[in-house]
This record gives sequence, structure tokens and C-alpha cells, in this order.
Amino acid sequence: MRVELRGITKRFPGVVANAGVDLEVDPGQVLALLGENGAGKSTLMNVLFGLYTADEGEIILDGEAVRFTSPADSIAAGIGMVHQHFMLVPVFSVLENVMLGVEPRTRWGGLDRSAARARLIELSETYNLAVDPDAQVEDLSVGAQQRVEILKALYREADCLILDEPTAVLTPPEIDDLFRIVGTLTAAGRSVIFISHKLGEVRHIADRIVVLRNGEVVGSTTPAESSEADLASMMVGRAVQLVVDREPSKPAAPVLVVRDLRVLDERRQEAVHDLDLDVHAGEIVAIAGVQGNGQTELVEAITGLRPIDAGSAAVYGRSLSGLGPRQLVELGVAHIPEDRQRDGVVGAFPVRDNLVLNTFRRRPFARGLSVDRAQVQANAEQLMADFDIRAASPQVATSTLSGGNQQKVIVAREFGHAERLIVAAQPTRGLDVGSIQYIHRRIVEQRDEGAAVLIVSTELDEVLALGDRILVMFRGRIVGEVAGADATRDHLGLLMAGVTA
Amino acid sequence: MNGTTLADQGRRIANGALVPLLALFSALVVGGVVIIVSDADALRAWSSFAANPGNAVSSSWEVVRDAYVALFDSSLGSGRAVSETLLEATPLILTGLSVTFAFRAGLFNIGGDGQFLAGAMASVYVGFSLDIPAVVHLPLALVAGVVAGALWGGIAGVLKARTGAHEVITTIMLNFVALRLVDYALSTEVFRRPDRSDPISKNVLGSAQLPRFDSDLRVHTGLLIALAAAYGIWWLLFRSTVGFGVRAVGASPSAARYAGIAVGGTWILSMLIAGGLAGLAGATTVLGVRYRLTGGFSNLGFDAIALALLGRSHPAGVVGAALLFGVLRAGATGMQAQTSTPVDIIVVIQALVIAFVAAPALIRAIYRIKAGRGTGPVAFSSGWGS
Repeated sequence: MRVELRGITKRFPGVVANAGVDLEVDPGQVLALLGENGAGKSTLMNVLFGLYTADEGEIILDGEAVRFTSPADSIAAGIGMVHQHFMLVPVFSVLENVMLGVEPRTRWGGLDRSAARARLIELSETYNLAVDPDAQVEDLSVGAQQRVEILKALYREADCLILDEPTAVLTPPEIDDLFRIVGTLTAAGRSVIFISHKLGEVRHIADRIVVLRNGEVVGSTTPAESSEADLASMMVGRAVQLVVDREPSKPAAPVLVVRDLRVLDERRQEAVHDLDLDVHAGEIVAIAGVQGNGQTELVEAITGLRPIDAGSAAVYGRSLSGLGPRQLVELGVAHIPEDRQRDGVVGAFPVRDNLVLNTFRRRPFARGLSVDRAQVQANAEQLMADFDIRAASPQVATSTLSGGNQQKVIVAREFGHAERLIVAAQPTRGLDVGSIQYIHRRIVEQRDEGAAVLIVSTELDEVLALGDRILVMFRGRIVGEVAGADATRDHLGLLMAGVTA
Repeated sequence: MNGTTLADQGRRIANGALVPLLALFSALVVGGVVIIVSDADALRAWSSFAANPGNAVSSSWEVVRDAYVALFDSSLGSGRAVSETLLEATPLILTGLSVTFAFRAGLFNIGGDGQFLAGAMASVYVGFSLDIPAVVHLPLALVAGVVAGALWGGIAGVLKARTGAHEVITTIMLNFVALRLVDYALSTEVFRRPDRSDPISKNVLGSAQLPRFDSDLRVHTGLLIALAAAYGIWWLLFRSTVGFGVRAVGASPSAARYAGIAVGGTWILSMLIAGGLAGLAGATTVLGVRYRLTGGFSNLGFDAIALALLGRSHPAGVVGAALLFGVLRAGATGMQAQTSTPVDIIVVIQALVIAFVAAPALIRAIYRIKAGRGTGPVAFSSGWGS
């Protein structure tokens, strides 16, 4: 199906989210929609999916203008959307999720599960989407859940599939799988709109690339015509440097010393096995690895959120066993959590309160039992200026900020006072180029001021950009160490897959 | 510098009060229809509508007008009426604050009745058993009520923090435990009045009674305690480090935990405070107006949930909502006495107010108000089971 958008304009009170956007996708094509957070990509796709109605402009499918007032209309017209946050019922099986809302009926009006099952199996074979129809969705990996979402769209006979930041939640092997799936879909003549802000991916998978900035199309190009640097400067509106500029590290005394550490996960299985790790003042140690290899548990143990089962971890010689997050804050341990919206900020709180979330009990923010609101406000104004946090005022709810600005709130809070050890998990996941660059620069700055920095990331680009030393974690162990300067993508990739030289 | 101007604040309060006020208005309108339907004369006039349409309309109008005039006359029309209104509002303010405080910590305190009974029982006991000067007796009796209520609420807090038991279940169960405990106590010689065989306690001594403002009016100084508590809870929630932690836990337990706030400890503290407030409601009721303890639920704990919802989980809103309920309750008796309208109509109006407030989208649609910016814990009514 050929999908065209003509002059789409969508206004919200106070902002123009899309201004006269033109777009077209041909059958069998992958169109990448590239742009920073807040550029208007999701709004545009929500217009195409019928969640929003455009103020101006029209949607043309195979030459015919259509009007969508709800997703039901767009689904009926052959448009399918896989949202960034999956819309699945966790306690239903794969089959139940796929047929939900379009259940085939038997002659007696009952559910015709076998018809649905046959159709699902046929689809998953045709498109090479391996998934067990009877598995419960909550037991599936994120990658498998995404396959269920794609199957759901195909089951509803989607001709044009919108994938909203599909790789944000995936591990590198899952990303490869997804790309293969997209290839199969286009080979079968379906069109795909791929929303992303990851330049490498977009160049890899797209036939054509449309770049959005501030709600307008600022460029329409192909992977062959534009380099990553070209795309980045289109997105940001200025030339950007993708590599962080930094001096070689000057490691001093060890700050974090971990010996024979063993940590258990929720199911009381060993997630971290007898792990040794040193992080020195003035260096950045980056831990690479596919998600789910014990990194989360390691970080939680070091930040006081999870008990240490055996072995030891110490900051400046002070054992962390039995200490909680509050004592660790007082020891000078900063933590940028992996799931920023859930664990990093209280979304309903104003920005200024989130900036003192771990220090509100201390002077100068507390005087006895009362909160010194003038100090909290002054602190917020200072940090918002220092860390370039874009919010209308310190009073606005933090949940209304873009992902990049929310992360800056966390970074500002954690870096705002002199820190000895910084533990950052996935510090730039899901952020746009500008924010990534900014946060990387801040991390390097902290290192140069003498902080010990531990980065945990599943993104190789980030590990390579930041790590003075790079460790690779696999099944709860460190399986390799590479000096940052000598590291190559291929070598790390092999280590991450568990292949040791 | 505060960052918000006075005008801003005024606008915010006006916005916050708009939906509840429109809800009240809508409830009175619908309540009027119910009054017409339940009135024999008005119904007869409607059955002969074709013959005499003017009569149907005018007799309906008269019925509704008389009922509402009587309602407001007997709740606001005289000094005695206002006294009765304030008397009704006093415990409602305190139990409403109890639910509000717990809710700000992310907890649903359904145990207001049990905590109320625990507080009332302790206060009555201290009130009749000690013979000491009023300067110490009255404060001691009040404190006993607060402590007993706090402990009763605290049980649910500890169970939640230590074992994860859902507070809705435990507080409901504790209500029944408190109910039966009072029944039992009233059957023992310690509590039961010697000259009576029915379950009724000994009388609170004069030295432990809350003074009245005027010997002819029943409203008592418990009202001042309730208003002071409202201010204190506002300060605690919005100006103190304790409240900062409580609100952080309520809004996002995981982010609070990551920032080093003890989530379990905050839950326990919040249930202690919530229980203490409901216990204080019990204390002021037995020390201020009843002077004795009898069995049975007061239902104040359940009404308190509605109050917290109506008051948008803000102490000032709770005071306003409690005064409104006070008007309705004090007026109901007078309305029934002066007109043939049954007292139950007030329950209907209360329920309608709550239903309209719980569905702000409905009110907005009826009155074509634009949706405001995300305002506070409006999700009170839709946050169950989280």
C-alpha cells in the first residue's frame, strides 16, 4: 500500500507539533522517520494511526484521501502500529493477545481458538516470527513481546506497519532479529515506517530517510546520500561531534573495590558470580554486555538496593554490606538508575523537588523539620541553568519534560555536589543526539575532577565513547577486559556473546 | 522568593473548587428531581399534566423549594442551626484528614471506623476512670484517643511494610475487630454503666469534657482542635521534610526508594498519623458531645473516604467538604420535620456529589469546561488496586 501524508499540521495548546509535513511510503519500502525527542515523530504517527486528528492536511492511501477518527478506522484501512510501550495484556497468552478484539467465532458464537491458532501459526511461519502461541506474554522476553505486537498487526492485515522506536528496548541480537523481520515484511510487499533517533540503525535499514525537527521536515534523503554526521546535523540543526573529546585518564587510588561478589536475583538465583572489580579515581570503567547478564543486580548491590549475598564491595575502604541507598548517598555515591521514569524521578513532583529528592533532609534544604523552600527553589534555578534543563519553570511536573530533560534532572541532582563514585546504568538510553552528547561530556568532566565512574551500558557506541577500561559481562561474570583505546566493536561483540579468545 | 504569586495561588484554589462546586449544584438539581418523584402531590400533578401543565410545574417547584429552604434553614438559618452544622463537621474534618494523609503516602485507609472506635474507647476510659484536675485530665483523655487510634492504624502500616499485606484488607478487618472489642468492653464491669443492662459506658467526668463555646449550643472546642489539626497536617504534608518523604513515597515508591527514602518506614509512620487523626475524631466525639461510648460503627470512616475525594486530598479541601457534609446532615433532620421530604434524600445528594466529583470528565462535559492541567491526586477514585 502506498501511504501519503500531505501538509499535515497538528497544533496543541501552545505548540505546533507538526507543521505542514509531507511524507510518502511505497509498498515494499522502509521509510525511516528520524528526529530528536520532541521533534514531532510520534505525533505524526499518531495522526496516521487515528489517535489524533490533524488540524490541516490529508492522508492518502493508494491515491484515495481518507479520514481517520479512531485507530479502528486506520486498522481497518490496513495500518498497524507497534508502540514503543507495548499494548499487550501480560496475563493473556500470545494467541489471546493476538486475537483480542477480532476474535473469530464458531457457528455457536463461541471463541474459535483453533481458527485463530491456525492463522497465527501461518503468519509466524510466513514472516519467520518465532513465538509460542500458548506462552503467557509476561513470561516472554522484550524481543518476543515485540514479535507478538508485530503479529498482532499482521493478524489485522496491516499493509503498512509503523514501528515506534522499536530498538530502544532491544538487545543487539534482538535488534538483528528485528531487522531480519523487517526485511521479510518488505519483501512481501508491505511498507514499514521506522521511527528512530539512532543514526546507525536508520542508515542500515531504511530505503528513504525523512528528518523532522521542531515539527517540520528538514530533510529527505537516502542512506547512500547522507553520512551519520550529515543526519545528525540535520536533526540537531548544527554540526555535532559524535565522539566525546577527552584526555587520556589519569587513574589514582582505587575508590570502589569489589571482591568475590555474589548477588542473587528475585528468584534467588545467582545473578553475579564471584565478581572482582576495581574503579579508580579519575577513570571511567564501562561494563558492556547484553542485557540480563547480571549488570542490573551488580549495580543494585553497589548502590545499596540489593543485599550482597557473599563477597565484599567497599567504597574508600568502607564496606557496603548492610548499607542502604541513604547511607550511600552520604558516602558520596551517585546513581543514575537504568529505568529513569520509574526509579529516577517522581513524575508528579515539580522539577525543583526532584532536584533535592535525595538531599531534602540535609542542610541547607532542611531546617529542623521544615523544608526551606527558598533554598530548594534557588538550588533548582542554579541546577537548571548549569545543566541546561529545559522546563518552563522549576514548578512544572517532571513527567511533562522530555526524556532527555528528565535525565538531565537526574544527572544534575546526582552530579550537583562533589561525588566520589558515580554509578550510571544506561545513562543515555532512548535519548536524542544532543542530550547524549551533553550527558557524555558531563560524565567525562566528573572523571576529570577526580570521580571514579562506573558505566553500565548495552550500547556499544556508548561503551566505546566513554570507557577508559572496558569490561564485558556475560552470565554474571567479567569475561574480558580491554583498554578503551584498543577496543574494537567486533572484539567486544564476540565477548558479549560469550566467546572468549 | 516563592516562585508563585498570590494571584496564581488564588486561581489554583478557584480551579480546584470549581468541579466540586458544580458537582454540588448538579447533585442538588438531580436531588430535586428525586424529591419531586417521591412526593405524592407533585406526582399527582404530573399525572394530570395534559389537563393542567402549569399546576405540575408549579407544584413541583414548591415541593423542591420548600425542601431546600428547610434544609438550609435548619443548617445555616440560626445560631443553633450553625452550631449543629459545625458539630457534625468536627469529626468529619478529622477522619477526612486521616484518609487524606494516608492517601498522600499511597495508602487507602479504609480503617477510619476502627481507629475512631479505638480512640473513642481509650478516651472514654481515661475520661471516666481518673479523677484528676481538668488541666491534666482533658489533655490526657485526648492523647489517649490519639495514641489508641494511631496504634490501631499502625498495625495495618506494620503489616503492609513487613509482609506486604494490602492495607485495604487489613484496615477493613481491623474495623470489625475494633467493633467487637468495643462490644466486649461494654459488657464488662470496667466499662458498663452499673445501672444499665444495655451496652453503654459510664459517663465521662466533667474534668475530661471538652468545653462548649456557649452552654446552649452543642458545638464544642473539638472544632478548634480539628481546625488546628487541618493546619498542622497541611504544614506537615507540604512544608516539612516528613511530608516531602511521604508524598514522594505516595507518588513513586520506587523512585523514593532509589533516593534513599525508607518506604516501609514511611508507610508505618503514615498509618500511625492517619490512625491518630481518626482516633482524635473518636476522642472529640466522646469528650465533646456524647460523653459516653455505645456500640456500632459511626460510618464516619467511610464518609471520610468521600470527603478526601471531594476535598481533593488537600487539608483545606477536606475542611470545606466536611462543612458541606455538616450542612447536609444538620439540615436533613430539619427538612424531614418541616416538610414531608424523607431524610434519606440527603444520602442521595451526598452520593451524587461524590459520583460527580469522581467523574470530573462528566462535570466538564456538562458545563463545557476545558480540561485543566494535570491536577493533583484526582486519580483518587480510579487508583484502586495499585
